Amino acid sequence: MSSPNLAPPIDELRAQFGEDVVAPISSREGLPTCEVPADRAPAILNWLRQGIGRPYEMLFDLTAIDERPRSERDGGPDFRVVYHLTSFSRNADVRIIVPLLGPWPSLQTACPLWQNANWYEREVWDMFGIRFDGHPGLRRILMPPTWPGHPLRKDHPARATELGPDELTEEDAQAELEAMQFIPEDWGLERSANGVDYLFLNVGPQHPGTHGVLRVVLQLDGEEIVDAVPDIGFHHRGAEKMGERQSWHTYIPYTDRVDYLGGVLNNLPYVMAVEALGGIPVTDRAKMIRILLCELFRISSHLVWYGTFAQDVGALSPVFYMFRDREQVLEIVEEICGDRMHPNWFRIGGVAQDLPRGWENKVQTLLAELPRRLREYDKLVMKNKLFRARTRGIGAYTRNEAISWGVTGPGLRACGMAWDWRRQRPYGGYEQLDFEIPTASAGDAYARAEVRIEEMRQSLRIIRQCVDHMPPGPYKSSHPLTTPPRKERTMHDIETLIHHFLAVSWGPVIPEGQAAVTVEGSKGANAYYLVSDGGTHPYRLRIRSPSFPHMQMLPAMSRGLMIPDLLTILGSMDYVLADVDR
Amino acid sequence: MTTGGQIVVIIMIMGGALSLAAGLIWVERRLLGLWQDRYGPNRVGPFGILQPLADAIKLLFKEDWSPPFADRSVFLIAPAVIFATALLSLAVVPVAPGIGVVAEWNVGLLFFLAMASLGAYSVILGGWASNSKYSLLGGLRAAAQMLSYEVFMGLSLAGVVVLAGSFSLAEIVRAQADLWYVVPQFLGFVVFLIAGLAETRRLPFDLPESETELIAGFHTEYSGMSFGLFFVGEYIGIITISALITTFFLGGWHGPLLPPLVWFLLKTLVLIAVFVLFRAAMPRPRFDQLMAWGWKILLPITLINLLVTGAVVALP
Repeated sequence: MSSPNLAPPIDELRAQFGEDVVAPISSREGLPTCEVPADRAPAILNWLRQGIGRPYEMLFDLTAIDERPRSERDGGPDFRVVYHLTSFSRNADVRIIVPLLGPWPSLQTACPLWQNANWYEREVWDMFGIRFDGHPGLRRILMPPTWPGHPLRKDHPARATELGPDELTEEDAQAELEAMQFIPEDWGLERSANGVDYLFLNVGPQHPGTHGVLRVVLQLDGEEIVDAVPDIGFHHRGAEKMGERQSWHTYIPYTDRVDYLGGVLNNLPYVMAVEALGGIPVTDRAKMIRILLCELFRISSHLVWYGTFAQDVGALSPVFYMFRDREQVLEIVEEICGDRMHPNWFRIGGVAQDLPRGWENKVQTLLAELPRRLREYDKLVMKNKLFRARTRGIGAYTRNEAISWGVTGPGLRACGMAWDWRRQRPYGGYEQLDFEIPTASAGDAYARAEVRIEEMRQSLRIIRQCVDHMPPGPYKSSHPLTTPPRKERTMHDIETLIHHFLAVSWGPVIPEGQAAVTVEGSKGANAYYLVSDGGTHPYRLRIRSPSFPHMQMLPAMSRGLMIPDLLTILGSMDYVLADVDR
Repeated sequence: MTTGGQIVVIIMIMGGALSLAAGLIWVERRLLGLWQDRYGPNRVGPFGILQPLADAIKLLFKEDWSPPFADRSVFLIAPAVIFATALLSLAVVPVAPGIGVVAEWNVGLLFFLAMASLGAYSVILGGWASNSKYSLLGGLRAAAQMLSYEVFMGLSLAGVVVLAGSFSLAEIVRAQADLWYVVPQFLGFVVFLIAGLAETRRLPFDLPESETELIAGFHTEYSGMSFGLFFVGEYIGIITISALITTFFLGGWHGPLLPPLVWFLLKTLVLIAVFVLFRAAMPRPRFDQLMAWGWKILLPITLINLLVTGAVVALP
């Protein structure tokens, strides 16, 4: 293992709190990481948020690891809670790990420091059974309230076959029905105030305007929204739990389905995190192929958003034009990958296959046609007076609010912050490309739309550079841990054949360690945090999806507006329920 | 005209309107398909022209389910009201010289306005009797929208009445022999077109049902043929409004060369296509914006229009 990183802020933390309190830990991707005791954690987090010069403004991610199988084996804590903080002023991150002892541990809440800690802590409680003292409403968030156990604990079954036959008795059915009864007080909503009796409107989980199985409970005074409470988890499939059973290689198709509009944009952070763990280099050509496909999917995802957003505001036609254009993009994807929405195309150490002959023809057509169409859509949608009246000033937030709620991607850039992971932390070859970071200043629904539309133009620019400068060479690394391993040299002697056989059937053995990689997804920062115990599958796999914190901001964005504005806000947020619930 | 002839005319006009409404479902879907880069219904019969028939059979055989929490009698009456009022409004329209159910009636215009007001009840009662929150919100929106826009609708026609000097629709058409009223009454024409859109609850005025917000608004709980009545009622409403715009502003049956009836139908059909085009092209305003726009912009325009028309007519 590489030596622990003593870069800032670890050295600052050690100077402030003592070297015996802050224990640096090595990480494979080089992110400064340290372990701090639970009783000092609140003070340390508080100092990082408020005390330190150039503070860590954003709680990027908060999750936990069930360490009990490992502690029984090697000693050590029973659980670890992991805070991933981002500082925009430093352009640096830090990972704070808090070890916890005992089967039902608890920890001080971080809600007063970061707004978005609320849902993350609820998720950790739901998944691990770790309590957060002082949390304003610690209840389950992804699982139903009647669920027994905490799924991401290692002793919780991962498959239905581990459970025995499924039975629903009369009493159980009754209990489930009773748990579904709507009691406003349970949701932190008052039935009446100031002589007004509120109307509670249940939007979803089956509703044409919510783009999937999202439920929002609205507290209404007439058509005015007094409060809105999102209820998520209907799309939860346990993607993180599945990761613990899949080999490093066979998990790749699951990533496609997290943000199902983003396709390979989900593959990328996962394979890059595995590559960081294994120290696997990637060839130039593979990098460029990845960028090409990522940008195609960014355009495809934004086109879906564009059309459905217009439809949410009541315009029926644009969605058909944008889906036609998306078809053009998906045809290119199909030609290269053989699949459209979930191409499962990236591999550890490269991509699945080389580009087919003549791949650039359809790309050239797209590059020639799409800009003209985008100008047409500007006239049709963005310059439409009714559309402007419906979106301007709706769902507006400031830059500081966005950061405190963990907003990333176009939602952050729409409040004047030119922050794009491709530019601020160049990864996978983006440092060689020439493109701009579009921003807008108003921070409202219209500004978010402006940013996304300009992003499509920038993506086209990147694709043009990929076409013009596609480097020659192998599409996959020759490193022994690439998957599936390259076959050229396997048929020569028995040793290479055995290695190949094992690498294909078991999958690669990735060295022990941890790594998190963030990429700029179509909806915001998409990150995978992987922990390996030196096995053939992840010990813990954490997906930090952008839609989860965005959805958490919904109440703050919609209070005081009207029901139609809720749909405008949801549309402008550009979420995918599978990305919220994972 | 004899009583027998009169009955034939009634059957022709009402039957014609009904089959036109059914055909309109196909026309609208094909036109939307054309404008939205897709086919629209093209499987049942040549060019999919039998699609409305298939739809009607489906609706007839569907269970006509009324929710147990609904106010059953009102729930069932509501869709019939809109169907009946929209159809009755057509009675006052002269389709050609001397052909019309009661085209010469000297309060024809008032009768149409009365039917339009009654039609609003259908939507409101349907939304109320469903006893569901989405329906209620849709019904409330419908009440406010149709009530407000009826004001401008009535006032926009006042200019036409002043010019023609009659409430009889046949008289109004005859008065347009030299000059269609769309020229002197251009503001009235625009306001009546907008109010007509609002009256038929078509995009951009489909707020009472706005499917992305309220699922289906006032008719969320309806199924089977009672939904079908709302559906057909909406299309008859479009035909009625288009026929009335033709009558009030576009010179009714007047036109060179072609027979009067053909001119009337041609103008009406073009207007219907315009209604469909609106649906394909426009987003939907928010409820408060719709209200503000009506009372702050349309009302002053109609009042000024009426004032100027009155002044011009009164001056020698």
